[in-house]
Amino acid sequence: MIALILLYSTPIALAAIGEVVNQRAGSLNIALEGTMLGGALTAALVTLSTNNPWLGLLAGVTCGVLIGLLQAVFTLVLALDQVVIGTAINLAALGTTSTIFRAKFGQSGQLLSLPSLPKMGGIDPIVVIMLALIPATLYCIWRTRWGLVLRASGENPEALRASGFHVTRTRLGALVLGSALAGLAGAHLSVGIASSFAENMVAGRGFMALAMVTFGRWSPLYVVLAACLIGGVETLQYRAQTLGLNLPPQLFVSLPYVIALLVLVLLGNGTRQPASLGIPYRRMK
Amino acid sequence: MKFVEVLATILAVLLAIALTLLLVGLPVGASMQTLLLGGWQNKFALSRTLVNATPLLLAGLGVIVAWRAGMFSIGGEGQFILGGVAGATVFHLWPGAPVLFILTGTMIGGALWAVLAGWLQIRRGVQLVISTILLNFIALQLLEYVSAGPLKDAKGGVPMSARLPETTMLLRWDRQMDLHAGVLIAAFVAILLSLFLYRTPEGFRLRFVGQNPVAAGVNGLKVTSVQLRAMALSGLLCGLAGGIEYTGMSGQIGGSFSQNWGFLAIPVALIGGLHPLGVVLSALCFGALIAGTDQLSRTGGAQSSMVAIIQGVAMLLVISIAELLRRRQMREAA
Repeated sequence: MIALILLYSTPIALAAIGEVVNQRAGSLNIALEGTMLGGALTAALVTLSTNNPWLGLLAGVTCGVLIGLLQAVFTLVLALDQVVIGTAINLAALGTTSTIFRAKFGQSGQLLSLPSLPKMGGIDPIVVIMLALIPATLYCIWRTRWGLVLRASGENPEALRASGFHVTRTRLGALVLGSALAGLAGAHLSVGIASSFAENMVAGRGFMALAMVTFGRWSPLYVVLAACLIGGVETLQYRAQTLGLNLPPQLFVSLPYVIALLVLVLLGNGTRQPASLGIPYRRMK
Repeated sequence: MKFVEVLATILAVLLAIALTLLLVGLPVGASMQTLLLGGWQNKFALSRTLVNATPLLLAGLGVIVAWRAGMFSIGGEGQFILGGVAGATVFHLWPGAPVLFILTGTMIGGALWAVLAGWLQIRRGVQLVISTILLNFIALQLLEYVSAGPLKDAKGGVPMSARLPETTMLLRWDRQMDLHAGVLIAAFVAILLSLFLYRTPEGFRLRFVGQNPVAAGVNGLKVTSVQLRAMALSGLLCGLAGGIEYTGMSGQIGGSFSQNWGFLAIPVALIGGLHPLGVVLSALCFGALIAGTDQLSRTGGAQSSMVAIIQGVAMLLVISIAELLRRRQMREAA
């Protein structure tokens, strides 16, 4: 049961850990959803053609990095609004993945079956990676020079620049890392969990990851716990069907969203939010 | 909007279409012709164009109101759906309800859903981007629940609400075409909104608050209450978009009630320069593009999902070009 909850939580948790790093540096990645979708399709296609799920995962990460770099051109170089750019990328990613999928597998999309990832002693390797990332990111954010620069970039970028660091470069690194993890999250969803791809299969998990970052107070540990709550509800949803609970399925599907919203309502944004989150950085001359 | 910007926007949209066609591997020249002209070539195509443009325009106007007040809501989709759900509920409770009564219900439904998100941001500090997205998903599940449960047509086997009687539906002039009176309502609302934004004190307050909340606050405006009212109006318009779709096109609601109209309205509003009259043009343009894509997919090769790529790419290009023009202006001024 716990293994199952962890498995279902992993895509959201991975994307959310990456977004913690990104938001700590001061940018908001609304395009997580689209990045995951791109990673999911790329991983599925590469796995299908090479018959090697590891190559598929790698391709998913690469796709995430590319989408992250694309976003950086607009949000970091041109310093455009992150919500607008993220929304545009999501739209383009949804359109692109659906179009490619329909062109390859037909309008309805015949059932696509992929070779699954080998388990390590019964445990999904990506779950292990996700769990290992918790202490790793905690250490890096709080105990290294890189983490200090990262947090300064999110709290007071002008001060960071005055101390001789490069704000845009710092944010670029964080965005690319976050996007890579979002790509991996999508790849895990298609190759690791579903062994298949379906149109819009991410189904809001990217947005959920965003909500979990706020819920988890920008800490990798709490964010993963928050993601497990969502994964738990998802597991319960499959269990309820087998247990024969006669509840409307829509209730279970909407429960994670309702919980995420309620939690945010109860907690508010609080003071933990990086002070310069979402504000494009333009270097003053 | 200056002439240069309009020209740049048109070029950016054309470039986005060309890039998308290249990406999906269709012949650019021939496909572009169908995409751009297909929606205008005869009265049936024109009817499709106008019918597509209607929800885009109404929801796009809703986006303008919120964004102009500095509320970057992406909740149009959920408010559109809530409009449909509210309309179907009114009809369910009172099957003889006149269409105006149903439309009022749809506006209230959309407005309440938007005010909820606005209130969460202002009172509880929940980021509007996140709350509106979550509310979109909740609205979709609510839609599926009511159309399979309480509002389900007792006579039908599919999870859809009961069909509106012909007399309640909006007027159609020609039985062979989808063209309905909602098109005129949308155009009328666009004019009204343009007058509201640029000719009334409340419209001025709304734009002031969005442009410079600090200055607005210093000048004695209650920034948050102006923003909350803007959210209500924005939701009302998106709800009306759903209501017009319900009473003009579908006549019933089911899981696929909204074809992403509330999402697609965001690029429409942005590409229209967040100005009501600009959005009229942009909605017509994308209405025609959707009609053209449908034609292209019948003759083979294209997918209806292509429109989303074009919109996303166009959105990126249009705002980048606007930013570059703005920077050049600033350099010249300096």
